[in-house]
Amino acid sequence: MSSKKNKEAFLTPLGLNNPVTVQVLGICSALAVTAKLMPAIVMGISVTIITALSNVVISCLRKTIPLRIRIIVQLVVVAALVTIVSEVLKAFAYDISVQLSVYVGLIITNCILMGRLEAFAMQNEPWPSFLDGIGNGLGYAKILIIVAFFRELFGSGTLFGINILNYDCVAGAGYVNNGLMLMPPMALIIVACIIWWQRAHNKDLQQK
Amino acid sequence: MANKKFKCTVCGYIHEGAAAPEACPQCQAPASAFVELKAEKKLPTGSNGYTFAYAAAMVIVVAFLLSFVSSSLRAKQDANVKLDTKKQILYSLNVTTADADAYFSKNVKDMILKNDTALVEYPAENFATLYETEGKANRYHVFVCNLDGQTKYVIPVYGAGLWGAIWGYVALNDDKSTVYGTYFSHASETPGLGAEIQSAAFQKRFEGKQIGDSTGVKISVVKNGKVEDAKYEVDGISGGTITSTGVDAMLKSCLGNYSKFLSK
Repeated sequence: MSSKKNKEAFLTPLGLNNPVTVQVLGICSALAVTAKLMPAIVMGISVTIITALSNVVISCLRKTIPLRIRIIVQLVVVAALVTIVSEVLKAFAYDISVQLSVYVGLIITNCILMGRLEAFAMQNEPWPSFLDGIGNGLGYAKILIIVAFFRELFGSGTLFGINILNYDCVAGAGYVNNGLMLMPPMALIIVACIIWWQRAHNKDLQQK
Repeated sequence: MANKKFKCTVCGYIHEGAAAPEACPQCQAPASAFVELKAEKKLPTGSNGYTFAYAAAMVIVVAFLLSFVSSSLRAKQDANVKLDTKKQILYSLNVTTADADAYFSKNVKDMILKNDTALVEYPAENFATLYETEGKANRYHVFVCNLDGQTKYVIPVYGAGLWGAIWGYVALNDDKSTVYGTYFSHASETPGLGAEIQSAAFQKRFEGKQIGDSTGVKISVVKNGKVEDAKYEVDGISGGTITSTGVDAMLKSCLGNYSKFLSK
């Protein structure tokens, strides 16, 4: 249940094999939802749940999937799962479904999902695949939260919508919110800074 | 006992025998690096027939599953959407109440325009949620609301943002020209940028503005910080220019449909 390999599947995506900073997957959605902290957290949780579930489903089916159409099969499984979850939420938890409606398209097309299905779930048992999904989802959420923290703090001067920097004394000292922080390119720059920091601290990741 | 097969995990060498060899003849890996290959029936995952059959079965199963989920939840979802629409209308009137349904049926009347100026009541059981289709069918809704003795008119508006639909409700005072409150929402605008039209801060900017005068609809959303005529113009959202322009166009086109009623 918690062999060394399983632990690795769960823990490495949080650090040395992070889906965003090392595998460089899911960058596009990292740009889209990180202008504020709250959507970043919601997106992180949703991707974690869907990656884990679709990893399990594909891992159960992995021996039956025809090789030549495996990507299509993976896509259909992911799309069906996301659609069913959003339909059920719409019926039983309408407010949450409204919050998530923006993310449905972003979740389906997130390359972390396809990347993990193709690289891990197609070769491994359901339980390690589940752990791999949770680990990669959390690794993705971690980066989103770091990026969103800086973008919201310096872009809007708030955190979770609560005022942090917008006071007269701060403005009087010559500080203004940086509108560039709210623009998508800034997310790329922050992600790049995280990658830089991580590579500088881990010699293994440096390219020879 | 029949021979078992062992595969070296380091180089892929396959050994046949009762147990794994002590060292791999190819790469000298120890016995622990070998895993037993269990004889398993392999499905013909490469064949054309299998691929077609699999694809067909998958499509049928998924289609059945989705239509089952959708049709079994339809009634509940519709009820949720109706309740949510009522909440949105009440929100434009700055009313937040736990029982939106009861408040709505007590204080708000769903009316439609007749001959551009008169209002006739619209049956409550037909309560509509898609005002774009209603507009195309020439049913222009006005919600007449009794708010602590004052009459307010709520007009639904709809349009397009950057990524998808945007819509909203504009509540007017009984002079039919001063904005009392607004509510805007969207299907898929960018969080933090265009999606800010849903924030209370943006919606509050419309309060007290004039819709227009006898020459037409004049209320507009302009570039952030470029307001010249504070009577009609509202600050847009920086970084959400296309969505802001969408709100502007939506107000002009939808309120334009009511111009005779509003100027009466």
